[in-house]
Amino acid sequence: MTALPLESKPGTASPPGATWRLLRGANVADRIYKGILTTLALGLPLFLIVLVTQLVVSAWPSIRRFGFSFLWNSVWDPVAGVFGAAPMVFGTIASAFLALLMAVPLALGVAIFLTEFAPKWVRQPVAFLVELLAAIPSVVYGLWGIFVLIPFLRSHVVPPLRAVLGWTPFFSGVFYGNSLLAGSIILAIMIVPYIAAVSREILLAVPGTQREAALGMGATRWEAVWTAVVPYGRAGLLGAVILGLGRALGETMAVTMLIGNRHDIGLSVLQPAYTMAAAIANEFSEATTSLYLSALFEVGLLLFVITVLVNALARILIWRVARGTAAGSRAL
Amino acid sequence: MISLRVRRRFVSGLMTTLVGLLSGLAVLALVLILGHLVAKGASSLNLDFFIKNPVPAGQSGGGVANAIVGTGIIVGVAALMGLPVGIGTGLYLAEYGSGRLGWIVRFVADVLNGTPSIVVAIFAWTWLVKPMGHFSAFAGSVALAVLMVPMIARTTEEMVRLVPHSLREAALALGYPRWRTSLRIVARTALAGIVTGCLVGVARIAGETAPLLFTSLGNLNFSTSIAHPMQTLSLQIYTYATGPFEDWHRMAWAAALVLMGLVLILALAARWATRRGHGAAR
Repeated sequence: MTALPLESKPGTASPPGATWRLLRGANVADRIYKGILTTLALGLPLFLIVLVTQLVVSAWPSIRRFGFSFLWNSVWDPVAGVFGAAPMVFGTIASAFLALLMAVPLALGVAIFLTEFAPKWVRQPVAFLVELLAAIPSVVYGLWGIFVLIPFLRSHVVPPLRAVLGWTPFFSGVFYGNSLLAGSIILAIMIVPYIAAVSREILLAVPGTQREAALGMGATRWEAVWTAVVPYGRAGLLGAVILGLGRALGETMAVTMLIGNRHDIGLSVLQPAYTMAAAIANEFSEATTSLYLSALFEVGLLLFVITVLVNALARILIWRVARGTAAGSRAL
Repeated sequence: MISLRVRRRFVSGLMTTLVGLLSGLAVLALVLILGHLVAKGASSLNLDFFIKNPVPAGQSGGGVANAIVGTGIIVGVAALMGLPVGIGTGLYLAEYGSGRLGWIVRFVADVLNGTPSIVVAIFAWTWLVKPMGHFSAFAGSVALAVLMVPMIARTTEEMVRLVPHSLREAALALGYPRWRTSLRIVARTALAGIVTGCLVGVARIAGETAPLLFTSLGNLNFSTSIAHPMQTLSLQIYTYATGPFEDWHRMAWAAALVLMGLVLILALAARWATRRGHGAAR
């Protein structure tokens, strides 16, 4: 904001020249202030550019050597100098997908319960408790997974699962503990608070008239929620789920501690697997050759690009709903 | 006709119960994890745990004093770097962020908010660990600071935007320059909210492990030099939990309990700050 409107009407207490100087002085300070803030704000986009450039440069030897075969080659042999990331890409996508399969119904259930059905006195405390799940450090999830979840799976979940579904390829093989299943369950618990929190905001943004109209036409409370409220917030809810997907793809510590870290593609959820983030965490400080290091940089680049795309998509969807009525009226 | 009505009512009741149960399940997960932390960690907590350093594997006793001090130093240095940048960016977004640059910064912040922390670790390794030739706590702090900036920026922006426009106009009308209005009136009014955002941000990075794996690396000895490797509670938990010794597992649970306590205190302090802020505004 410039001092222009004031310039034409200088203050009466001091002579015009002094006021002008005073105002100009303030203006310079204002410009300095804006300059400092702008510089700080430019830090983020600049960081993004530097990060991507650096990842590409560091990964370049590997990109040039392996080309696109990096994505579907499943050999990862540091000694022979051959690197293919297929098992990690598969494991990352598989674990995130399984986690979503478990987390989405749970998180949507929490969000619907808290906005539509829960008594007033329950809402705040339960919302706070669910959000606390997001405050638990990743490494603590890993610890809990190793010493509580895996023994529980081994004794109570896997035997009945195999008895019923052991004939399918998804539940075959020996269960050692660290597995795709254990990693996915922990991931699911970890992303529930994110999906639930955003979904809740989206549902709260749905106008009350949507509910009233449905109830007025004789719908039951559930029918009102399912046919009038949820479809209205569809895009935003999808955004919330995709945001959870982004979290699941990039999660490192808990998955590293539970998924088994084996370079292999298997259909069975009882078998160990690997993810891109876990590979970097495990192998980065022991990478001996420059090509090995470069291959890990390429894994990092791949992971970063995927999560940025997923997050960007999620944000666009959420912003569409949060902006106001445009998205909603289209849903009608 | 009647059967249809009964069925619809039944389905409605069933689904209501189901979403209630799902919420219960989510809360149960939290209760189970916190319960196990207390049950398995509390018995190993004693004075030695807080004031002694780790002993070699196989011996019993010892503590994690080095990790507690290390967590404080690394997180503190990260906050010193990350908070000013984050708050400044947030102020920019709230005060000048209506143009195209504002849109870009906001979008980048939201996208970076979900960046895998391990990628940031690679960044810190390339720019700090590799040129210096050795691991250092400072590199870990930089990685953590980078992680907290987008979050602090967005919460600060939201809090500053809540300040009524009339307040700003009143200050400007009294002849306050814009920068002083922004800092002394607007930011000051939103202070409680900004503090809340900062506390939540610090709580989030205090438990981070992945960004420290190959930056601050960990250290079995007591160290306060940020130019050298340093231990944190999160790194200690990772080492102990994945190690083979029973004694280590015990220490891992105790360290996890301490870390969780630290994070919970920060989270509760954040809530308290919000409440107080709301009380003052009314």
